[in-house]
Amino acid sequence: MSEKKPSLWLRIYSILVYGFIYAPILILIIFSFNTQKLNVHWEGFTFHWYGVLFNDAQIILATRNTLLIALVSTLVATIIGTMAALAMYRYRFPLYNASETVMYIPIVIPEVVMGISLLVFFVMINFNLGLSTITLSHIAFSIPFVALVVRARLHGYDKSIDEAAMDLGANEITTFRRVTLPTIMPGVLAGAMLALTLSLDDYVITYFTAGPGSTTLPLRVFSMVKTAVTPEINALSTIWVLIIFILLLIGQIVQRKKA
Amino acid sequence: MISEQISEKPKSKYSITRLLRENSKAQGLFLISPTNIYLFILVVLPLILVTILSFLSRGTYGQVEFKFNLSNYTRLFDPLYAKILGYSLLVGFGTTVICILIGYPLAYFIARAPARQRSLLLFLILLPFWTNFIIRIYAWMIILRSGGLLDSLLQWLHFTQAPLNLLYSPTAVMIGMVYEFLPFMILPLYTSLEKIENSLLEAAADLGAPPWKAFLRVTLPLSVPGMVAGTILTFIPAMGMFVVPDILGGAKTILIGNVIRNQFLTARDWPFGAAASMVLMLMTMVLTLYYTRKAGFGEELLV
Repeated sequence: MSEKKPSLWLRIYSILVYGFIYAPILILIIFSFNTQKLNVHWEGFTFHWYGVLFNDAQIILATRNTLLIALVSTLVATIIGTMAALAMYRYRFPLYNASETVMYIPIVIPEVVMGISLLVFFVMINFNLGLSTITLSHIAFSIPFVALVVRARLHGYDKSIDEAAMDLGANEITTFRRVTLPTIMPGVLAGAMLALTLSLDDYVITYFTAGPGSTTLPLRVFSMVKTAVTPEINALSTIWVLIIFILLLIGQIVQRKKA
Repeated sequence: MISEQISEKPKSKYSITRLLRENSKAQGLFLISPTNIYLFILVVLPLILVTILSFLSRGTYGQVEFKFNLSNYTRLFDPLYAKILGYSLLVGFGTTVICILIGYPLAYFIARAPARQRSLLLFLILLPFWTNFIIRIYAWMIILRSGGLLDSLLQWLHFTQAPLNLLYSPTAVMIGMVYEFLPFMILPLYTSLEKIENSLLEAAADLGAPPWKAFLRVTLPLSVPGMVAGTILTFIPAMGMFVVPDILGGAKTILIGNVIRNQFLTARDWPFGAAASMVLMLMTMVLTLYYTRKAGFGEELLV
């Protein structure tokens, strides 16, 4: 669709929708500096809640758990998912369609169903619920997303450069390491970013596969919201938002530099 | 054993390295196997277990008894649960329709913006959604709370006199749901709208169609694939949602997702929870299939 000056009404409307999208985040940040504990009205400015947050042992533990799960599951899902993307893009093999269908299951079934099915599975095989079950589950829902993102980026990949490398005497491993991987790297990174975000953000599946002592940040925030709402949650949210924004900014700058 | 053979006799006719080097089918299978094995064990097998579980029954102490029966499914037709199922469908449809109504004009606006600004405008839609899901819903709790920000704003503008008591109401749940799923509708809609060739609209204008008619006959039909993709991305998660009703609906709004969660974690009637999960899964699958068959399936889902 081409450029054509949008009407005034459409522009006003769009600004309103952007306002709807951003208002909650801004309010959250502003209220993290509020002296009032109940968070209903603005009373005065304070850094108090940030102090409370940094001395909250449960939050520190939850942060450690969340990062550990996210890093391990992203690493594993990115490797397995990238392999799958290469397989689906380049090769025809037995059960191709069945493999593709299975990959869509975690994407199209409601999350709560996937959560309870994993809970049932781990309990039936007597696997203790904890960090390991959360990580295994995060890998399961991340693989398909990584595979689809990498496959989409592979579109237009020229196989002849691989063949050229092999003709020049490189073996499969060298060809993959020196030719294929660098070429598909942007796609792999995009897939890894998606897996990382999905893992950091996940509440539902983590909720069903978590055990005692394996609380993650989303689980901790949820229980804080349900029991005692104080601006400490706002302070945590503000830091979270800031970290994500900085990461995104770095990502954008890196992409710009490459382009 | 096999790997030893490879290192000893690399030129053997049956070595795996040789098989992998020369047979592209074997290469493909080698690359896809980890995914297939992983997803079979952690996705397919658990779903099979849930299917079996849904036909078993609950013992006195919440344990599972291996007595095959259909009572879990018939129980879902009790007025209480049938009402919850119907209500979940309504919330799913409502969320989807409102997301289309709010998201379509915005997607149209972005698609019409100067090419350089489009990616920034899209990025701005996505930005808040990189923050945590629970945090976003919690933000609405602050806004909607009785005597909170929205109430203060409306009273200050003299739109209302007294607090609206929006928090812990079905309206609050709908606001939270729409907020959560709006980007999933805007993105695929934008992808569809952006692809429409301007020449088509010019042709419509040349043939005497006024802009509104060109929109109805050209733009709208061509954006259907985006709408289908957006609907799938919105409807399925909205149907199974239990977090938004939990935080914004209080105990007043119970969706099928809440029923499933409660059966597994508090009521400890796993077979009944399994049956409810099966019904939820079937409902979303049937509706999705029907919808994609009718309207066609866009590649937008993958972008």
